Amino acid sequence: MGKRSFIIKRIIHMGITLFLLITIVFLMFRLLPGDPLAMYVNTDMPIEVQKALLSRFGLDKPLHEQYFLYLRNLFTGDMGQSFHYGQPVIHLIMERFWNTIVLMSVGIGLAYIVGILLGALAAWKRGSTFEIVSIFLTVSLRSAPLFWIGIIFIMIFSMWLDLLPLGGIRTPGLKLASTWEKFFSLDFLYHMILPAFTLAIYYIGTPFLIMRSTMLEVMNEEFIEIVKAKGVKTWQVLFKHAMRNSMLPAVTMLSVMVSFIMGGQVMLETIFRWPGLGSEIVQSINTRDYPMAQALFVMMGAVILVMNFIVDLLYHYLDPRVTYE
Amino acid sequence: MNRKVKFFFQSQVDVFRGDWLGIAGAIILGCFILMAVFAPLIAPYKPDEMIYRDGRLQRLQPPSLRHPFGTTQMGHDIFSQVIYGSRAAVLVGVLSAVLVSIIGTSVGIISGYYGGTIDAFLMRLVDLSFGIPFLPFIIILVALTGLTFWNVVIGITLLLWRTPARVIRSQVLSLKTRPFVEASRVLGASNFRIMVFQIAPNVLPLTFANTALAMGWAILTEANISFLGYGDPRMASWGKVLFQVYILQAMTIAWWWVLAPGLAIILLVLSGFFIGRAYEKVTNPRLKEF
Repeated sequence: MGKRSFIIKRIIHMGITLFLLITIVFLMFRLLPGDPLAMYVNTDMPIEVQKALLSRFGLDKPLHEQYFLYLRNLFTGDMGQSFHYGQPVIHLIMERFWNTIVLMSVGIGLAYIVGILLGALAAWKRGSTFEIVSIFLTVSLRSAPLFWIGIIFIMIFSMWLDLLPLGGIRTPGLKLASTWEKFFSLDFLYHMILPAFTLAIYYIGTPFLIMRSTMLEVMNEEFIEIVKAKGVKTWQVLFKHAMRNSMLPAVTMLSVMVSFIMGGQVMLETIFRWPGLGSEIVQSINTRDYPMAQALFVMMGAVILVMNFIVDLLYHYLDPRVTYE
Repeated sequence: MNRKVKFFFQSQVDVFRGDWLGIAGAIILGCFILMAVFAPLIAPYKPDEMIYRDGRLQRLQPPSLRHPFGTTQMGHDIFSQVIYGSRAAVLVGVLSAVLVSIIGTSVGIISGYYGGTIDAFLMRLVDLSFGIPFLPFIIILVALTGLTFWNVVIGITLLLWRTPARVIRSQVLSLKTRPFVEASRVLGASNFRIMVFQIAPNVLPLTFANTALAMGWAILTEANISFLGYGDPRMASWGKVLFQVYILQAMTIAWWWVLAPGLAIILLVLSGFFIGRAYEKVTNPRLKEF
């Protein structure tokens, strides 16, 4: 099978999974015991008002009609009105979407860069105190709850040292000259340091351990002797080869982790009051803003599926042995 | 049968022989289970007891002999809260891990053994569950069905079975072509019999490795859920203790309030990781160390 048909097949797959996800969300919010309708149609209201409200949201129709209405609206980008904000859900979500994506990419990117470097170094310094301490630290950090690491960092850097802000995405009251300035300004960077650092520290274990073990494997291979005999700088060669070999498992792990990373985003953004998809979904559930919660859930699922898709493509790009099937 | 049982236990002991981290993990887990079972006997106070001495509420006391982990703003003893909190963690962790392994292993074996349409269907289901945002799903489920620890366990199980299912399926794919499976098929064994008596015993170490890892995930999830305020309100939990520090922003004055519950979570999750690691070494001898 060619590359093109592989990609097409993979996209169709993604579409089907997304469709199933959307259906599950619909059923979850309507069929589960704690009826979300009860949360905003107050039984104290007069019957006529209740009915009017129900029909406004199309909730008086039979379930299958509601389902098709929901699909059609979703397809045209109409995700309804937020109960809490009184604005179209789609606008609210898009802003938070970018806040989440930026924080997540910076954090995970940092984790992978530092993790790979440290992993190579740990293998190179085999048996040293550095190796033992770094293994112990990364494994322990991975076992801690993300929000706990966040609290510790807030305690140290924001409260005791008073270096960084407690949370939020920008200084309150700051006027933005442009959208550009929203993500490319010192103020934004200043607010992102602590959450991004927390994220990076938390996920550093995976790339670290993978890089370390591939590096050890490469160090035992025969061709290294030849390279050494040639007089090439060994560390450089080792790093390059181990780097290439560890790419594949590191990327594969990422695809498994994506769903957890998105979940972790919920905790991270809540702790740092970062206005992203994760903190908003908690808030919308707390305030019973169910069009918002529903749309956020679909959005997060879609992000995971697209990231899985990208990881799959990367995997095939990185490993020339893989045939597209 | 008796010999088989004996052999089973012997091989479990062998898994941990010479593996110090595995042994440490098993001991830590054992201690936490004992702590959870005998919490009322060990803890000097109730988790929500306001402690007075000389008529004064013991607020924000740093660690001392009387209160090894200090006290909270409300005058609760953190040591007792940590001990009682182990109940929620161990209960959710162990129950979810067992359920996840049973479902995941069954799906993995059936999927890998039969192949074809059944396999395709089950693997689509795995793909789907990998696409669902883990924590939001559980929060919504619990918010809609009620804040009980059973609902948390069900939520975790509904998603987490995907990992063992995928891992065990690929193991079964290679197992089913081995001679001993062929042999029993030729001898006329039914599919069910082959799956239960030939394949299942061979994937067991892998199942146990996944059980231990799933326990870690479940414990972290329970802490997260409780931290967000969706835990069982009738149960003390480490996540809930940390939630209180955070909303009062008390970590600036009371570092001890943050430290003890967090370290308890790390220790318990690590124990699962070490035990899982010990079983993984059996299935993949290349993993001599980390």
